[in-house]
Amino acid sequence: MDRASLFGELRVIVGDQYVLVEKEDVIVYEQDGSIMQVLPEVVVLPGSTEQVAGVVRAARRANVPIVPRGSGTGLAGGAVPAEGGVVISLARMNRILELDLRDRIAVVEPGVINQDVTKAVAASGFFFAPDPSSQAACSIGGNIANNSGGPHTLAYGVTTNHVLGVEVVLDDGRVVWLGGRAPDPPGYDLCGAFVGSEGTVGIVTKAVLRLMRSRESVRTLLAIFDRMDAATQTVVDITGAGIVPAALEMMDRLTIEAVETGAPVGYPRDADAVLLVELEGVRESTERGARVVQEICTRRGARGVRVAQDDAERLRLWKGRKGAFGALGALAPNYYVQDGVVPRSRLPEIMRQIADISARYHLRIANVFHAGDGNLHPNILFDIRIPGELDKVIAAGEEILRACVAAGGSITGEHGIGLEKKAYIGLLFSDVDLDAMAKVRKVFDPDGRFNPAKMFPTPITCAEMRRAPAKIPAGLWI
Amino acid sequence: MTQEARETILPSGDRATAGPRDRVVLNVPELDQCVHCGLCLNHCPTYRVTHLEPESPRGRIHLVRAVAEGRIEPLDPARGTPNERFAEHIYLCLMCRACETACPSGVQFGRIAEAAREVLGPPGSPLARRLARLAFTQVFPFPRRLRWLASALRLYQRSGLQRVIRLMLPRRLREMEALLPTVPSRFFAPEADPRPAIGPRRASVALLSGCVMSTLFGEVNNATVRVLRRNGCDVVVPRGQVCCGALNVHNGETTAARRMARRNIDVFLDAGVDAVIVNAAGCGAAMKEYGHLLRDDPDYAERAARFAALVKDAGEFLAGLGLVPPSGRIEMTVTYQDPCHLAHGQKVRAQPRQLLAAIPGLHLVEMEGADRCCGSAGIYNITHPEMSKELLTEKMAAVGRTGAEAVVAPNPGCMLQLRFGAQRYGPALPVFHLMDLLDRAYEAGSDSQQSAVRG
Repeated sequence: MDRASLFGELRVIVGDQYVLVEKEDVIVYEQDGSIMQVLPEVVVLPGSTEQVAGVVRAARRANVPIVPRGSGTGLAGGAVPAEGGVVISLARMNRILELDLRDRIAVVEPGVINQDVTKAVAASGFFFAPDPSSQAACSIGGNIANNSGGPHTLAYGVTTNHVLGVEVVLDDGRVVWLGGRAPDPPGYDLCGAFVGSEGTVGIVTKAVLRLMRSRESVRTLLAIFDRMDAATQTVVDITGAGIVPAALEMMDRLTIEAVETGAPVGYPRDADAVLLVELEGVRESTERGARVVQEICTRRGARGVRVAQDDAERLRLWKGRKGAFGALGALAPNYYVQDGVVPRSRLPEIMRQIADISARYHLRIANVFHAGDGNLHPNILFDIRIPGELDKVIAAGEEILRACVAAGGSITGEHGIGLEKKAYIGLLFSDVDLDAMAKVRKVFDPDGRFNPAKMFPTPITCAEMRRAPAKIPAGLWI
Repeated sequence: MTQEARETILPSGDRATAGPRDRVVLNVPELDQCVHCGLCLNHCPTYRVTHLEPESPRGRIHLVRAVAEGRIEPLDPARGTPNERFAEHIYLCLMCRACETACPSGVQFGRIAEAAREVLGPPGSPLARRLARLAFTQVFPFPRRLRWLASALRLYQRSGLQRVIRLMLPRRLREMEALLPTVPSRFFAPEADPRPAIGPRRASVALLSGCVMSTLFGEVNNATVRVLRRNGCDVVVPRGQVCCGALNVHNGETTAARRMARRNIDVFLDAGVDAVIVNAAGCGAAMKEYGHLLRDDPDYAERAARFAALVKDAGEFLAGLGLVPPSGRIEMTVTYQDPCHLAHGQKVRAQPRQLLAAIPGLHLVEMEGADRCCGSAGIYNITHPEMSKELLTEKMAAVGRTGAEAVVAPNPGCMLQLRFGAQRYGPALPVFHLMDLLDRAYEAGSDSQQSAVRG
């Protein structure tokens, strides 16, 4: 099938206004939250499961790749159409279909914004636990694809712990339900296989989400440190003391500068690091926990500990943290974020290594991360327009990842592999591991049509895109 | 100030059509600050309606960046006419700047969109563009022509002609015609003499009479003067002032806009006041940004920045000064609509609410999405009636859910739009300017004390 007839068929399926082919329309879909860009040929915005299935069948007949996209807030290039083809934006499928508070579930479409789930049930005393920093914008579909985490992952686990079932469109356009409304169904956990699959096995068109009961009491503290080392030691001590905060976040001096420049919330600009600690539970336990955390901070030399006095102050403290990535734009035109994980006991050591890498490469690195579970987010600041800069950034990033793996950790905690980390997946998995994963993918997507060139090590990597221009598909920009 | 600046308010003859030109160079430093995180998406009214990335702030920034990089031509290279697909996306934006409030990096989206519109020129068909340019260069800079036009409209409305014409218009035009506000019998005009403070003098201020405010909302201007005087302000409404130029800047006409800005700067700096008070949010935002508008003007950059620092929204100013508490009661439940260019453009949110809270008997109920655009957006309700209607119906539903008896919105565009909404979609309730209510509260208080201050 030629392109013109494919586009015609897509228009019949979803309607003229939801098939974008003009450059001035599709160019904005060449990028997500990451630095990679590939121009899609066509973007479609289906409004129902049936339309998604129709689009998948049409793309299959035309033999072109399919790339699902949620809100495009991902940080690993997962929604970038690496090999062109059809981008399916699920933004229009944004209805909350059902809320059942007795069963504590929500049935939603994939384009629903993460935060809107919690908003819909907050008044009844419930919430949806996964809370990526982008939760005001990111979609449930994107959360499922990336098995997203967030600050409160520490206490509640990642997305896969909160998805009970999914309706998916398979490669041949058939629609199936995996999992369901009740937890732990018998047989293979195929719902679990879809969570974190980064759009490579099919397209989620509905999801059954688990809702959690809001806690009686929340305490939020901001501990201020003059030395990064003291802050990381404090993290080790807090978790070592048997306290499991709902969230335990760290921001360094450069991140604080970005937040306070972009949209100030009142973090101390002269601190070397701050810890944002949140405790949830019954009142007695959060009060006791807050006291212990304060003691530990003070013992480790914190300059001060601010306890949020009301909801407004608590939200302000979080607003800075949640906006930290976007705020980096206030410091540099581009940033390249790593998502490495280390055992938390190794935090002090890895932070020293990152500081050393930053100095050696003459690159500023802003750190904002989930300290409680050792999930780092070193953001390398740069200007992509300066020749040679990106090469340096990629090399520095790779050193950080190698250091994480050497410390017994991993190359990604929650952002996914996408386009951007796949060159490094070999650091973590053996060929046999990768082969086992590839087999799972083949079961669902034998033609490799869904989000090709993602996750698995294939010739095109972020680094190679720069070094081997011959391999760059037409219209690729980086 | 140069003599020339006073004289050259006349447009210089730039036209809607332009011949072949070199590739447009767009140098917008604000672009570098966007790292496309997407946190703006759901704060954008047009994205919320369409769910299309090109109709989002992030998408529009990406488009402008593509222009800056030479990947998209904003104008037809041969004819110099706008690239229509690009222009559609840039002009579907309401310029509400809600994205600026949401942006963690502090990207000033308004400046990016204004730069793109400056390249494109006014929106719409060639005829509409020509008409817009005519209005922006030949009408708005001239208060007398504006009043003349408003008088003509008044005559049209009162002579019975309106009723006849309405029957003859096709549906689309009839709906546009219905947006025409009723022109009151008296306009508000600048005066040579300042009006003195009542009670101890606390400040001396100048008031922008405004183009829409002085023709359609003269009574609100009078109320503003009375409220300021009651708060110890000498108030002058300097002669020689012109429209602020906001509509020009938002619609891609900057030549006349800069001329108008220079004129206002001269007139208001000459007045030697402590503050320049604006009771229209859109005008206030534009005038606070004169420094940016004239940044490349060696003669005016410094004066513009000095002037901009004097500009204060009326509510912002009174809250900062410390409001003399009104003693009269207004027993009413109201809801407050944040004008976009007040909340997002000037970051003024708390002050108007504080003033409302100071009125005895008045009860404020917040509506959902109070700082979301009502769809008025300058001339947007005329250029984009469908999107505007979509936003207005959503707004009126939010108003209705509060159970309020009235809406307060300190900006003429919002007032007109909400009045239209109240009449067309309900709930049928009055729409007040904040200064209206403060004035009434003072009036009610002074009635009981027998000390009228009209004049």
